[in-house]
Amino acid sequence: MTAPPATRARAPRKPDRHEQPVGLPWFVWIPAGLAFLLIALPVVGLLWKADWARMPELLLSDAALDALRLSLETAAISTLLCILLGGPLAVVLARGRLPGLRTLRSVVLLPLVLPPVVGGLALLFLLGRTGLVGRGLELAFGITVPFTTAAVVLAQTFVALPFLVVSLEGALRTAGRRYEAVAATLGASPSLAFRRVTIPLVLPGLASGAVLAFARCMGEFGATIAFAGSLQGTTRTLPLLVYLERETDVDGAVALSLLLVVVAIVVIVVGRPRGSEGLT
Amino acid sequence: MSLDVDVRLDRESFSLDVALSAAPGEVVAVLGPNGAGKSTLLGILSGLLRPDAGHVRVGDQTVTDVGAGVFVPAHRRGVGLLAQQALLFPHMTAEANVAFGPRAQGVPKREAEARARALLADVLPDVPGLPGRKPAQLSGGQQQRVALARAIAPEPGLLLLDEPLAALDVDAAPAMRSLLRRVIRDGKQTAVLVTHSALDALVLADRVVVLGRGRVVEQGPTREVLGRPRSAFTARIAGLDLIPGVREAGVLRTGDGTMIAGRETGGPAGTGEPAVAVFPPSAVAVFAEEPHGSPRNVLPVRLASIEPRGDVVRLRAAPREGGPEWLDGLAADVTPAAVADLAAEPGSALWFAVKATEVEIHPAG
Repeated sequence: MTAPPATRARAPRKPDRHEQPVGLPWFVWIPAGLAFLLIALPVVGLLWKADWARMPELLLSDAALDALRLSLETAAISTLLCILLGGPLAVVLARGRLPGLRTLRSVVLLPLVLPPVVGGLALLFLLGRTGLVGRGLELAFGITVPFTTAAVVLAQTFVALPFLVVSLEGALRTAGRRYEAVAATLGASPSLAFRRVTIPLVLPGLASGAVLAFARCMGEFGATIAFAGSLQGTTRTLPLLVYLERETDVDGAVALSLLLVVVAIVVIVVGRPRGSEGLT
Repeated sequence: MSLDVDVRLDRESFSLDVALSAAPGEVVAVLGPNGAGKSTLLGILSGLLRPDAGHVRVGDQTVTDVGAGVFVPAHRRGVGLLAQQALLFPHMTAEANVAFGPRAQGVPKREAEARARALLADVLPDVPGLPGRKPAQLSGGQQQRVALARAIAPEPGLLLLDEPLAALDVDAAPAMRSLLRRVIRDGKQTAVLVTHSALDALVLADRVVVLGRGRVVEQGPTREVLGRPRSAFTARIAGLDLIPGVREAGVLRTGDGTMIAGRETGGPAGTGEPAVAVFPPSAVAVFAEEPHGSPRNVLPVRLASIEPRGDVVRLRAAPREGGPEWLDGLAADVTPAAVADLAAEPGSALWFAVKATEVEIHPAG
């Protein structure tokens, strides 16, 4: 009988002051500290540089509000697309029995390692007026994708999809097929078992994947500027506005940057604990 | 419902070829060591594995028939499973877990929940608020009881029990064993119990099928097979010593001519018929020098291994240089003090002695 060890109910352990863990070697502390400072200090620098008196004015300008609204809307739509398309893709990658699944997985990971601006250009050459698909869309339906809000959503979905797929695929693999097999012996059809057992089991993984994808969408710059351009109210998201303001109004750029930092922190606080507690 | 199985499954290093059946309400134990093919057999019965040949019938439904191309998927077989791990759905309460099967069959929600509560009250009467608890709030033994309730809730025609006690603490196992006996055996639930424990088979099963390397080695009523094993293999599993030979007046003569004295059972049998001598390891006394005096069977052996077993020590024998093969694996249970007195270690020459009154000689036809 080969079976993994029994999973026992275990209360979360509190640190015990009597415990004497094996110590860390002294030499990890210095690079670890430097690494932490490398992440934390730039944010402190932003806070230092910020012009707090003009902050409301800077953040409530039309351009800023437009960009914030656009960023939130497109990131939300892109995250939804990631869930609707990436969720089933993760299921196929984790559970499917297809030849060439390994190759397929490598392709899915491509946007993670590709420079975003290259992704944006690739999208442009595919969907641009002279592109492979774009020309057909233009001729048949009169649809032009580049430099529209739809292009922003496509660019964001392109770069964020792997975050969701990887996170969810990991959760599916951890959950394993044992519960689904049990559900089948109880008379549940594959679709019922999927709805009532598989999805609830991987929900934490799906949630943390969605949060990561949302964060990636909010920060998207390279693919967006290459594929969608920078038109206020249509394609100029917060990161694009920050980059633009940096040239003309440094205080404005800093204020908007801080706004993005706040959004990022909210994402970490909301998304992280659930994700790390669950099956991911 | 009845069960009728005759299947063959070939893998690179292993093949399973088994036929067995169970009458309605009967519990059949499949006994065998690791790698005997027990899990493979369960996989075939539950519909998680597809055999290369043969058929499986549950009641009057043919769920697998390779020749006719029939393969009913797991969820439409009415074959339940209780595994070593409880595998309760962690996101559901105990009640929702038990109600899951009936709900999947289309039983209305209220009715399914009522059935779940009744079953939970039956398997775990003294846990307050049990229906609303999540699996993580239950102990391993409690989880396994809930898993039993869940497995029988859809009223399966056949229930598979895959080492249901193996993962439990020594404290929890006996209570779970008697619960299984009440629910499964007394409840007339047709079941196949896979186990490597002779005790589980004795308590829970009407009949036992001994499996070794993918083949049925022996089968019959539990007490008979385990109390009077016909093969060294079954004896080893049952925890008994066994010596094969042929019957002569009042004794068993082994292939090399050794005479084993014992009590004859199983009615009169002719001289020269195949027979086996069976005795418990606890009846074997062990000496460093050849013992003289009282009449008993004295066997010269070499010590093969020393295994602690609770409060006794099991000494395993091997034949001495040129000695008969059947001595291999004979066991003697002695106290730790006796082992110390013997000053024996693997390889030492020893004498195993067993009184004739402790030895039963069974026909082994």
